This record gives sequence, structure tokens and C-alpha cells, in this order.
Amino acid sequence: MAIWLTKDSKVIVQGITGGEGSKHTKRMLAAGTNVVGGVNPRKAGTKVDFDGTELPVFATVAEAIKETGADVSVIFVPPAFTKAAVLEAIDAEIPLAIVITEGVPVQDSASFWSYNVAKGEKTRIIGPNCPGIASPGASNAGIIPADITPQGRIGLVSKSGTLTYQLMYELREFGFSTAVGIGGDPIIGTTHIDALKAFQEDPDTDAIVMIGEIGGDAEERAAEFIKANVTKPVVGYIAGFTAPPGKTMGHAGAIISGSAGTADAKKAALEAAGVKVGKTPSETARLMREIMS
Amino acid sequence: MDLFEYQGRDLFERHGLPVLGGGVAETPQEARAIAERLGGKVVVKAQVKVGGRGKAGGVKLADGADEAEARATDILGMDIKGHTVGKVMLAETADIKEEYYFSYLLDRANRTFLCIASVAGGMEIETVAETDPDRVAKVAIDASKGVDEAKAREIVTLAKFPADVADQVVDIAVKLWQAFVAEDALLVEVNPLAKVGDGRVLALDAKVTLDENAGFRHPDHEALEDKSAVDPIEQAAKAKNLNYVKLDGEVGIIGNGAGLVMSTLDVVAYAGEKHGNVKPANFLDIGGGASAQVMANGLEIVLGDPSVKSVFVNVFGGITACDAVANGIIQALELLAERGETVTKPLVVRLDGNNAEAGRAILDGANNPLVTRVDTMDGAAEKAAELAAAGK
Repeated sequence: MAIWLTKDSKVIVQGITGGEGSKHTKRMLAAGTNVVGGVNPRKAGTKVDFDGTELPVFATVAEAIKETGADVSVIFVPPAFTKAAVLEAIDAEIPLAIVITEGVPVQDSASFWSYNVAKGEKTRIIGPNCPGIASPGASNAGIIPADITPQGRIGLVSKSGTLTYQLMYELREFGFSTAVGIGGDPIIGTTHIDALKAFQEDPDTDAIVMIGEIGGDAEERAAEFIKANVTKPVVGYIAGFTAPPGKTMGHAGAIISGSAGTADAKKAALEAAGVKVGKTPSETARLMREIMS
Repeated sequence: MDLFEYQGRDLFERHGLPVLGGGVAETPQEARAIAERLGGKVVVKAQVKVGGRGKAGGVKLADGADEAEARATDILGMDIKGHTVGKVMLAETADIKEEYYFSYLLDRANRTFLCIASVAGGMEIETVAETDPDRVAKVAIDASKGVDEAKAREIVTLAKFPADVADQVVDIAVKLWQAFVAEDALLVEVNPLAKVGDGRVLALDAKVTLDENAGFRHPDHEALEDKSAVDPIEQAAKAKNLNYVKLDGEVGIIGNGAGLVMSTLDVVAYAGEKHGNVKPANFLDIGGGASAQVMANGLEIVLGDPSVKSVFVNVFGGITACDAVANGIIQALELLAERGETVTKPLVVRLDGNNAEAGRAILDGANNPLVTRVDTMDGAAEKAAELAAAGK
């Protein structure tokens, strides 16, 4: 088992005919993901061939669900159309919508998040600006490389894609139950806390890696949550100790505002919650290795 | 993107908010002309994107055009906390009776927007929140519903605005929200929002931050960017569509993925502690599927920075295979040579992940004396710091 994405997940791709959408649909299929179709209103009714796998294109998410039983949507549409794509996924009540798109305006993210809450949060949104979710050996939804690690018993949640890959790689001897990239935007649908809660409840996860970075206070809130609710060992890593205040470091949300959002504050909060925090990715992997061995 | 006060004032005016007449000047002569147009007493305000300009002497009253010109002469070129004043805003003066505070901002923790309003304005709202928390109202704004008259009245009541200004503040609250949404702002702050002698409520300052991700909806926002303040290397990087931030150290950094690059900066800074205290010279994320061309552009920018003494290329091959990255580095060095740019600074390259073995073999085969290959991120950071310290 794994969290949120399992071998039974049926995946559709919104924006399946676009450059990124088709490239990653191919990769997801190669990783063994059960991709059952895609959505593009202008190409509805056609089929797209991915190295021998023919996938149907539907006009809407609702139609795709009705025809295929899909329960996961991966969204690859450009920023200007992302809000509409997510609203459509929410309206269709798909259980999991993964928003890969980078560069979505905050007002759009705030607006689809508020809509999701008003609709009773029937859809778990991951992202935007995230690499997606991978349950090695079971399914892969998004752009996380599928061959870094085998299935195992470590869970990982991270704001950063490449740091996710780096830690998965360093800990490949143990393997992972699920790795979730929650994204580097100021407003995201799934938080560190959501993933920590799911990993705590997952019988197939023994220990958790949590990766954060400068900006906001999500890590501080996660630390409080860990202190109160997580009994499994958690190892943390925070990026951006040397980042200057007031500068956006790549991710839209990675910015120290005044004295808020510093890596030092996040590290201190995690350590106060009993989380061992690595100084570098390698040291973080070493701390986890000690726990798993 | 943070706006200057005068840009914020203009934006407020465009959205129907009550502001005082004003204008912006880059020379004392322009300041004089604006003062003549406004007539009478004016306030001359340094335009800097940093707080505390008043204390630093960047805000002065002037009676008439002669004085306005003199005050502008004093203020233009001043240094305020490391920001050189290139523009002054001139505005009509107001007979302030009461000062309030009003803002809308992003509330990351609650994934929504927040209104902060207070009848104790004119000072730092953080200070008021600490010393007098009862006088600061914080009201969550649902992004789907926004601020209509009823919501605005709720805010005004909660913040205990006096009855004689309540209707005006309600109107301002609605219009300010409309401006916030229409312009894709992340912050609009009015401090002070003031009641003046004739009973009107006016926005006497304007602090606005716009969402750069929403640029595609606002072709006019690009013109608001302060090109003069941007570091020339940052400007060159932007022209090449690179995600670059100039820092003040000696080790040039190129990596893929924002998190990994931030992490690289940290690891290099730690390594630097043992090597002459060298630090990262920049943040540069070349992104997921970086081509040889992108790598060449990145290397050109980083190598062109005179403070860079060594370069650390740190790539984890996820989607991109490391052999492609290695070829990119070799081609990039060749491309730079073809452009007639002699590369003399040492490069340390760490490749890991997808096809790392093949990538490393390509680098070894190319046998470029400038390129050192180290297989771990920590080891490579150490080497890059050592080389930068030696080149200092």
C-alpha cells in the first residue's frame, strides 16, 4: 500500500495532447501507471497513440470519469488555463487532482482552493508547481522519475522536486512507500501536514522524510503537528539557510519576508518537535539510514 | 514585484480610490514643475522600496516651488539603507486629523486573503499588533466571495472605525479590494489612511506588491518594473530567460530545480567556512530539461560575473539524463570558445541520478583541464570552495 496513489489508481491527463502532457503521459505509461485517457475539449472523440497504447481523449473530466472510472487527474495545462482545469476537476469530484503547472497566479490558486472548500473538499489537490506523486512499484502520477528507487517503507513529502529525487536516490537502498511533491507556490492544495497525517496512518510507511524551504510558516505548523500527532520517526531538511531576505529563490513561495520564513526558524521548530534535521541532503539521508538500519 | 509609492498611488487613482494630487520627478527641475502645478505646500518624498525613509530624512515639506526644488535636490541621490534615491514623489499636503491603517494581503497559512484594518495607523502595523492587539482587526476574505459592501461594513465595524468616516471607509474597502483583484496584487497597504481637515478620508501612502506569475494578464505591469535597481547581471540573465539571483560571494552556482539550487548555496557556504569564507556568488536554476544551449547561456552569465572565482555545476538527473547534461557542459564550453570568450575559471561538476555513469564518462573523455568531476554534492562543494579561495 501507499498513500493517495496505488496500483489501482486510474489516471487521466488534462492537457494530454500538449507538449508536456504527452511527453509525461508516455513516461507515466512506461512506469506502469494505469493511464486511462485524457481531456481536451477540442480533440474530444479522438485517440492518441503512446508507443502502442491508444488512449481516448474526452471533452470533460466528468465524461472521462464516467467512461473510464478514473480517480486521478494530472494537470499539465498552461498557467492561463489552469484555474479552469482545476475547477472542472473539482466539479467532476475526482478524488485526486495533481497540478504540475508552474506559474499559476496566486489569485487563481486561492480561488480554486476556496471553491474546493465550498464543495466539501471532495477533491484532494496536490500542487500547483509540483512534481506530483510517486508510489514506487505501484503508480506514478506527475513527473517524478520512476526508476530512482524501488518500493520500500519510507514516506517523503517535499516542496521541491529535485530535492525529492536527491533524497530518494540517496536512500534507494531502502525504497519508498510514496513520495509526494507538494509544490513551491504560496498557496498549495496539499500541505506537509496532510502528507504527515497520511503517512502516520499508512501501515506500510515506517519513517518519514520531510523537506521544506524558506518562505511562509508551513514547516513550523508541520512541526507542531508532528509533536502532537506523529509517532513514526521523522527526519527533516530545510533548504535556503543562506538565501537573502526579500528575494524569490526560484519557487514563487520561496521568499523570506522581513524576518519571517527563515530556514533557521523552521529548523528550530522541527528540532523542538523532536525531528532530526540534516544540515545537507547527504546528512539528512544519513540520519534516515540510522533509523532504518 | 514591489511598486514604488508613486506607482501605487497612480494605481489607486486609476481604481477610483481617493488620493492626493501628485507627481514623480527624477530631477529638481521636474520637481519644481510639479510643485508649480500643485501649488502651495507640498511634501517631497524619496521613492525607495524600503521602510524608514522618514527617519532617514527622505520626506520633507516644502512651501512653494523654490523650496520643493531645493528639497528634491537634497533628497535625490541620497542613500537610504543601501537604496539610492533616483526619484521623488511630490504630493499635496493634507491637514491630517486621524490616521488609520488598511491592507489586503495573502494569507499563506489559511490559503486565502486577509484584511488587516486598524484605527491606529501611521506607524508599523506589526508594532500596533504587539502593543495594542485589540486595535487591530484581522478578517479572512474568501477568494471566491471577495469584499462587497456587507463584508466591508463587517470589517469597518470590527476595526471600530468612527461613525463619521464609516461610509467612506466602506467605499474605500470595496474599491481597494477591486483594485487588489483587478491588478493581481499580493499586497495593497494604505498607511496612513487618513481623515483630513475637511472630513474626507484619503489614501496618503500606497504599498503594492504585484504577482509576477499573473504577468500574462497584465501586459502593462512590465513597464512598472524598476530597471535601474536591477543588478546588470540579473538583467542579462532575465533577457536569456534564466532564473538567476545575484548574491555576493565567489562561487558561481548552476543547478537544476529551485530546491536543489537553494540547497547547493547552503552546502557551498558551509564548505566556504573552511576555505577563506568564500560564499555562493549567485542562484541559478536552469530547470528540468535543460539543453546545451541553456547550459551555455547559464555558464556565460555566471562566468561573466567578475566576482566569480570558481563554478559549481550541480545537477541531479531526473527527467534529463546526465549524459545529455555532460554533453551540454562540453558543448557550452565549446560554444563559449566559438564566441571568442576565453574561459579560465575552474568548473566543478557533480552529476548524479539518471545516466550518471555515462555522463561522468563523457566529462572524463573530454579531458578539459578546467573541469573537475566530483561525485558527491558535499565533496564537489568542498572542491569548488577550495578553488574559489585559491583564486581570490
